[in-house]
Amino acid sequence: MLEIKCPYCGKRSQNEFSYGGDATVKRPTLGEEISTEDWDNFVYFRDNPRGKHTELWHHVSGCRQWFKASRDTATHEIFDTCKMNEAFNE
Amino acid sequence: MSNAYRTKNSTGLINKNKKINFSFNGHTYHGYEGDTLASALISNGIHLIGRSFKYHRPRGFLGVGVEEPNAMVQLHEGNKSEPNIIATEVELVEGLKAKSQNCWPSVQFDIGEVNNLLNRFFPAGFYYKTFMWPKSFWMKIYEPFIRKAAGMGVAPLQPDPDRYEHNYEHCDVLVVGSGPSGLASALAAAKNGARVILAEDKANFGGSLLTDEVTIGNMSGKEWANDTVAQLKSLPNVILKKRSQVFGYYDHNMTVMIERVSDHQENPSKYTPRQRLYYIRAGEVIVSTGSIERPISFGNNDRPGILLASAAKEYMTVYETLVGKKPIIFTNNDTAYSTALEFLKNDITPVILDTRNNSNGELVKEVKQKGVNIRFNSGIADTKGHLKIKSAVIGELDKDKENFTNLENIDCDCICMSGGWTPTVHLSSQAGNKLKFNEEIDAFVPDKKRQRESAVGAANGSFTLNQSLAEGFQVGFDLSNKFTDNNIETNTPNSKEPKYEKHERLWCMPLPQGKKPKRFIDFQNDVAVSDVELAIREGFRSIEHVKRYTTLGMAGDQGKTSNLNGLQYVSNIEKKIVPEVGHTTFRPPYTPVTIGAIVGREVGSHYLPTRKSPIHNWHEENNAVFVAAGLWQRPRYYPKESENMNDAVNREAANVRTNVGICDVTTLGKIDIKGPDAPEFLNRVYTNAWLKLPVGKARYGVMLREDGMVFDDGTTSRLSENHFHMTTTTAQAANVLSHLEYYLQVVWPELDVNVLSTTEQWSGIAVAGPKSRELLSKLFPNIDLSNEGLPFMGLVDTNIDGIFARIYRISFSGELAYEVNVESNFGLHMWKKIMDVGKSFNIEPYGTEALSTLRIEMGHVAGAELDGRAVPFDVGLNGMVSKKKDFIGKRSLSKEAFTSEDRQTIVGLVPLDKRTKIPEGSHIVENDKVASPVPKLGHVSSSCWSVEYNNPFSIAIIKDGKNKIGKNLFAVSPLKDISIPVEVVSSHYVDPDGERVRS
Ligand SMILES: [Zn+2]
Repeated sequence: MLEIKCPYCGKRSQNEFSYGGDATVKRPTLGEEISTEDWDNFVYFRDNPRGKHTELWHHVSGCRQWFKASRDTATHEIFDTCKMNEAFNE
Repeated sequence: MSNAYRTKNSTGLINKNKKINFSFNGHTYHGYEGDTLASALISNGIHLIGRSFKYHRPRGFLGVGVEEPNAMVQLHEGNKSEPNIIATEVELVEGLKAKSQNCWPSVQFDIGEVNNLLNRFFPAGFYYKTFMWPKSFWMKIYEPFIRKAAGMGVAPLQPDPDRYEHNYEHCDVLVVGSGPSGLASALAAAKNGARVILAEDKANFGGSLLTDEVTIGNMSGKEWANDTVAQLKSLPNVILKKRSQVFGYYDHNMTVMIERVSDHQENPSKYTPRQRLYYIRAGEVIVSTGSIERPISFGNNDRPGILLASAAKEYMTVYETLVGKKPIIFTNNDTAYSTALEFLKNDITPVILDTRNNSNGELVKEVKQKGVNIRFNSGIADTKGHLKIKSAVIGELDKDKENFTNLENIDCDCICMSGGWTPTVHLSSQAGNKLKFNEEIDAFVPDKKRQRESAVGAANGSFTLNQSLAEGFQVGFDLSNKFTDNNIETNTPNSKEPKYEKHERLWCMPLPQGKKPKRFIDFQNDVAVSDVELAIREGFRSIEHVKRYTTLGMAGDQGKTSNLNGLQYVSNIEKKIVPEVGHTTFRPPYTPVTIGAIVGREVGSHYLPTRKSPIHNWHEENNAVFVAAGLWQRPRYYPKESENMNDAVNREAANVRTNVGICDVTTLGKIDIKGPDAPEFLNRVYTNAWLKLPVGKARYGVMLREDGMVFDDGTTSRLSENHFHMTTTTAQAANVLSHLEYYLQVVWPELDVNVLSTTEQWSGIAVAGPKSRELLSKLFPNIDLSNEGLPFMGLVDTNIDGIFARIYRISFSGELAYEVNVESNFGLHMWKKIMDVGKSFNIEPYGTEALSTLRIEMGHVAGAELDGRAVPFDVGLNGMVSKKKDFIGKRSLSKEAFTSEDRQTIVGLVPLDKRTKIPEGSHIVENDKVASPVPKLGHVSSSCWSVEYNNPFSIAIIKDGKNKIGKNLFAVSPLKDISIPVEVVSSHYVDPDGERVRS
């Protein structure tokens, strides 16, 4: 069970959180024309890197804030977490 | 005869004043307080304890603790019965009942032993080869046969009556194992002020200090251990846990420990758990788990009475038990000589066989001085004795140690073997540590750590006491400095121990000429040297493949005594050094863990939290049958007298159609949405338009996922300009909230909107049926509930008995209906009030079944249709999709696949005989007579008995549904082996134009 530092609440066990996937994906702007390929890339396709991954977590059984984490997908090391409007320290 | 195998001196940890009676295979014996089941049996001269897994060979004890591969027993009886328990880990308790397993009819005479005679038919990979063909034999013949033959223990069929608890602990430094290095680490860290947990698997702290003759400072090892434990006990920052095994090392320094709380107690209190599982998130973990002795492979090295030299010594020194009176000690190193000295203290002179040419180690010299003849350059070729070792065929080894010369048969009643030591690296390996091979000790030791874990002492390959203590004190101090500023260092005491000479690299004896006795490596899985040879001969190279093919190290003991010997043998054949062969990875749990302990208190009704509406007790008092809806308990139906479910549901539903019904809808998800951008947000979340919804009006909304699939639906109303009240389905309430939070926090943080779950703040009561208006008008005489005063999708706020109430005119049943919302605390009051007034209108409560009937008849979609595979078009919701604005998931709807005309869409089905109810999940096919695979048109999602038409009705999702209306098809259920001819009709079976809700 991972230990995740919520930027609002501090360190908590993983069972308080839910995972939200790749945080670098940007939703296409509402109302703008978009090709099927670009849309499909947004909806379906994600990189599956071994190593550092910027991802979303939701402190579901806590403050209910979504935030970003930088995690190694192979070792589960979490390098940093930050609020949505912040950048990682490193 | 009883307890005939006890040592002369009582210097161990047995309390001879307290006799304990127990039974084994129906016979009664006694031992003493402090005994394990193993030591008590051995002291009674019993070594035969079970039969081996594959060949059903008679087996006895190999070890004295967690390493034991053979001595598994079935403990207790009835619902407390527990299989596969290692007898060396069971503390003796009055009345304990144990029996052998994997044997029938008895451990002395076991039918399965024929497997042993047929062993040439059971080589490595036997199952893979033999049971491959024909395929159809698997389920009916091979699998039941294997299951029966591979007996092991028997799990009880009754629920476990014992109590297990879970506990969370926190510490700066967790020390696993209380041998010299563990005690040293714990003391150093604790004295420096760190919060320390010291965990010891056994019933006594001290590890090897309890058995080794060493001096620390001016104390014996045992005295120093006791003194250190006393010091630790006096410190407030230390938690000492014995009978506690840290069996798992997970991510981010999460370790899991199991404590045997009352297994050893005769009459534990009712509230004492049997075992307790600890989750310990440790700042640092010190792995001081010691080492396990290696066996040696020689012919028939698995007979009862053949055990590890260190185990024999611990039985003598700790448990005051003699494993035999005519011992042979067989070793490739010096440590086994301490076992010889223990025998000598009991006036027993062992025969000593040493594979080495000579040794001048201090213990060897001491044994020599006592006049014992040591046969160097010698080994065991074979053994004899069916149910217990009787003699050994021994001989001298030739120059290359590849053959025996001068074999002779000598009598013995036990063989104590030692192949050196394997550091217990399991926890480090679990923590992700890549191990490295240490050639000095011919074993793997921890290398580069991935987590905050440090191995010390024998677990780190440091086999001398000096080194162990030095490492322990140093690492304990260094690590504790991360957590405190005290900088208090504890000095390492001087220690004295015998000097050892090096072991010999020899773990497998040659075969006696002309014979091929089995030389076992893995005792628990019955893997012999010949199996490893075969695997390699057949081309298996990777150690992971050899392991799986032979099952070496794959038994419950995870190869604690066999892994390294297996690797060593592979390396010998392959002529590679061990590190090139590599090693397999260790996984938790280190020792078997009772399922009950993993489950803890989360059993029965505590498995999940239960959510109850404030009206729950009324439902209970009125004979409701409940159904779980997620965590909620909802009334399913309210049977009267002798009614069965169908009768009750039909009565309840019909009453809504003709009179008025009342339904508890408190469980619907409710979300309060506020903020200047709330209308814009809803406009993006829902498929339909929201900007122009007037204050005081509700609207039905559908939301999609980005992939275009319908996510949820519900009614949302505008309470004021920037304040909305959203309702969701009961099932998706939590997911919808997360979904909204995601878009507000991650995607569109610029929107000024707040969302909050108010599900538990409101109690919702649906009042549905043609008489609902009359009823509510009587209850709320001050409000105009006429069709003009409160039209469909309107809402009005009012007060009753000083309680705020909000009345929505919304309908799920398709009838004229209202939903009264009050603050949860007043839900029951409101409900009773409506029931009172409703009496004269023939009001009756209805449950979820009637609710379903009503919505199915109306063709309203619910979870069964909105199953995550439907776009709005599929389920008749295309009218809800705005062409003008963009919203979540809209772009997906224009994808080719989602616009195709022959997609599976919603229809109604009526059986041609108007009698046969169509099972939900049935397949819809055009022709039920063609050979399989029959082309499938779709499936039945919801079924009910239409109370309006008095015949069955179903909703189905079928290919090109719109154009199938009027056709006859078949609903087939292979599970129930039925095929029902059906007519396809509109899914809006009752009141297709929706006149009733607007009446
Ligand atoms: Zn938080």
